[in-house]
Amino acid sequence: MRPQDILMPVPAGLCCKPGGFHIDPVRPVERALITHGHSDHARPGHGAVLATQETLDMMRLRYGDDFAGSTQAIAYGEEIRLGDVTVSFHPAGHVLGSAQIAVTCKDTRIVASGDYKDARDPTCAPFELVPCDVFITEATFGLPVFRHGDAAGEVSKLLASVKLFPERAHLVGAYSLGKAQRVIALLREAGYDAPIYLHGAMEKITYYYQERGIPLGELRPARGVKKADLAGTITLAPPSATSDVWTRRFPDPVTAFASGWMRVRARARQGGVELPLVISDHADWDGLTATIAATGAGEIWVTHGQEDALVHWCKTKGLAARPLDLVGYGDEDEGETAALTGEANGGETTA
Amino acid sequence: MNRFAELLDRLAYEPGRNNKIKLLVAYFRDTEDPDRGYALAALTGALSFKHAKPGLIRDLITERADPVLFGYSYDYVGDLSETVALMWPKAELPGHNNPPPPTLTDVVTTLRTLGKAELPAQLARWLDELDETGRWALLKLVTGAMRIGISARLAKTAAAALGDKDPHEIELMWPGLSPPYLDLFAWLEGRGDKPVNRDPTPFRPVMLAHAIEDSDFANLDAADFSAEWKWDGIRVQAVSGRDERGHIQARLYSRTGEDITGSFPDLAPSLHLPGAIDGELLVLRDGRVQTFNVLQQRLNRKVVSPKLIKEFPIHLRAYDLLGDDETDLRELPFTERRAHLERFVAKLDDPRIDLSPTVPFASWDELAAARADPKSAGAGDDADAVEGVMLKRRDAPYLPGRPKGPWWKWKRDPHIIDAVLMYAQRGHGKRSSYYSDYTFGVWTSGENGGDELVPVGKAYFGFTDEELLQIDRFVRRNTTEKFGPVRHVVHEPDQGLVLEVAFEGLQRSPRHKSGVAMRFPRISRLRWDKPPREADRLETLERLLMSMTGN
Repeated sequence: MRPQDILMPVPAGLCCKPGGFHIDPVRPVERALITHGHSDHARPGHGAVLATQETLDMMRLRYGDDFAGSTQAIAYGEEIRLGDVTVSFHPAGHVLGSAQIAVTCKDTRIVASGDYKDARDPTCAPFELVPCDVFITEATFGLPVFRHGDAAGEVSKLLASVKLFPERAHLVGAYSLGKAQRVIALLREAGYDAPIYLHGAMEKITYYYQERGIPLGELRPARGVKKADLAGTITLAPPSATSDVWTRRFPDPVTAFASGWMRVRARARQGGVELPLVISDHADWDGLTATIAATGAGEIWVTHGQEDALVHWCKTKGLAARPLDLVGYGDEDEGETAALTGEANGGETTA
Repeated sequence: MNRFAELLDRLAYEPGRNNKIKLLVAYFRDTEDPDRGYALAALTGALSFKHAKPGLIRDLITERADPVLFGYSYDYVGDLSETVALMWPKAELPGHNNPPPPTLTDVVTTLRTLGKAELPAQLARWLDELDETGRWALLKLVTGAMRIGISARLAKTAAAALGDKDPHEIELMWPGLSPPYLDLFAWLEGRGDKPVNRDPTPFRPVMLAHAIEDSDFANLDAADFSAEWKWDGIRVQAVSGRDERGHIQARLYSRTGEDITGSFPDLAPSLHLPGAIDGELLVLRDGRVQTFNVLQQRLNRKVVSPKLIKEFPIHLRAYDLLGDDETDLRELPFTERRAHLERFVAKLDDPRIDLSPTVPFASWDELAAARADPKSAGAGDDADAVEGVMLKRRDAPYLPGRPKGPWWKWKRDPHIIDAVLMYAQRGHGKRSSYYSDYTFGVWTSGENGGDELVPVGKAYFGFTDEELLQIDRFVRRNTTEKFGPVRHVVHEPDQGLVLEVAFEGLQRSPRHKSGVAMRFPRISRLRWDKPPREADRLETLERLLMSMTGN
């Protein structure tokens, strides 16, 4: 069987005909397999959803109890037979509960990796390498200019700034699922033990991380705290909020932003970021290329991001590669990007 | 180098002046000699070596990396130095003894003597040794394209802050100092004597005036002040002195201390007596002072051609005398300095240099009348180049900076138009959550017969904090479209916000769709009471332009 007979892109997303399901569908389908909880991959309204327990929980937090007709949790490494194929979920290292989905049909195995990173992250299981014939990779940071470096170094940059400007508040823009908790965990690892403040939109998901046993130290809502008391503190907020009227409650805030995009100055400056922190939940160029090589896959399908450069690289290494035209992904990062240039998530959050 | 790179990186993102100073002071405090001295030199533009061309950088990267991937990357990043800094693949160095990254001192001293042929290999070695930020700073430094929003003045102010000194003191001694400024830092840290400036033509920090408000007059006695015209040219300081061999050297400085002698070679021979004149640079044709618009055509030219010199004859109108030969006059009261100045200008006896005449007055009302009509109050045909009047306390010494009280500027009333708010953009720094940059327009006949608004300018100050809040609220509630940081604000005949805009002058400008550009526009009032249809028309501005240029 040819790989494209097992998985093929259709308008609803990546479709597995022999298994009767879609992976991360962007439209409501009968049966969906979801890689992780970010809103561009995990959408409500499907008939049946198969995902890790954490991903199901996050969807419930976001969309309410009836986000799908029925749900089934699958553990990492567990194998499930669906139609003519066998599927298994493996840690993707992207956010809590994120998974790569391996689809095996006869002797052909395709791994749809969703979003992934091979860098260390204290808030989720580390990326697992799954040998395969076809590897479907993201390309969010698919240019050699993207090398994220050591996230701990970026966090020490933040702490140095807090020390230098004790009279100012530090606002860290970070995506509310995954990035925010990772930044908090890294701050704790760096020995920062003061309370960390949260924008209202961060609270639910961050407390969920704590429930799952991820130590994040003392957290407080920023809501209702006196302006003067926020001097010298660190607050995590969704990127859109850091340039919003919401920031006026903080004393002379330093605007930081944790994102892989911060590697490029023009991107950082565009949004008035004063302290760019290169901390990403996606693999950087070295991570992408190393992972592709390590899977042993002879064929690479490249989706959402800088496909051209990565496809070019694969070809220079003698790998068959093509861009996979899937639409609707990368919104999570587009959200970050849009926030840089002004508005995201519908404008004025006052939470 | 990495520490310096970190500083540049942070400065490039920091919008606030005081915060920039804080970052600089921390760097100067924590960094050793001579690195910090070379950093100060880099920030003040005092380093000199041959800059590397962009082509050289491009060759370096395409030798090292896949040109196709470089192409994609450069397209995405948009800046050559940054692209190369980010994607530079480090060479696999043999063995485990990686050399330490170069210090700023290594880089600066090596570049000073390095031959052109050796440059590429040396750059490649440094790029291998540095991290991303270090590579970026290195490439910015060697290509001579720092542009990180730091003025030389700000860097010196930060150095002064390190030793709790007045920045003017550094400004005074600066021409006598050279990188890496070991003597300067020793003095700042209390380890050495104050460096002496042996420069025969030092810059002296300039004294500036506050704008006077109507309410100020009640507390001021007209008899205490002397008045003169405020000429609309460029404030300069013309300094002459004798070098070690007794020859006269002349320097022309801008009010910030920048040496602009080279742009005015026609003035230098006139400065043939040792002394320091505070004055205004003007263009005079047939004895008549030209407007700022004319003077502007002589400024910022790379080449000062004989034709330019002939068409725009330069002139110095003297306001004050700060030094007469070796004597420092700055401590003397204004009236005494003025007497010195009158004698000095008479002795110079040069057609290119004359006295700024005083405006006689016995009461504020009399001065108000003169200000309203400079032509009949003594300025005559030069009245168009008068911006207003300057008031100087007769007993005041010459003080650096902008002390409140001794000097006042009383400008002529600005031009005023009513314009309609069209677009708003977020501000920077403290204002980053406010829409504080406004593009405004006036009515003109559109192509389809009806009236339409055409943008005529941008303003981002003039309003009070309270007014800013009001406009911000209006912008947020009346946005019709969003383009990144820019919002289109409703501007219909019956819907929209009319802004009263004050400005100092008008110029033709082919770069603006309206064909006119304003000088120094600011929001003077919010006209909530006025419907946009009653705002001014472009024809009003065009008429004004005609009357200003007189043709």
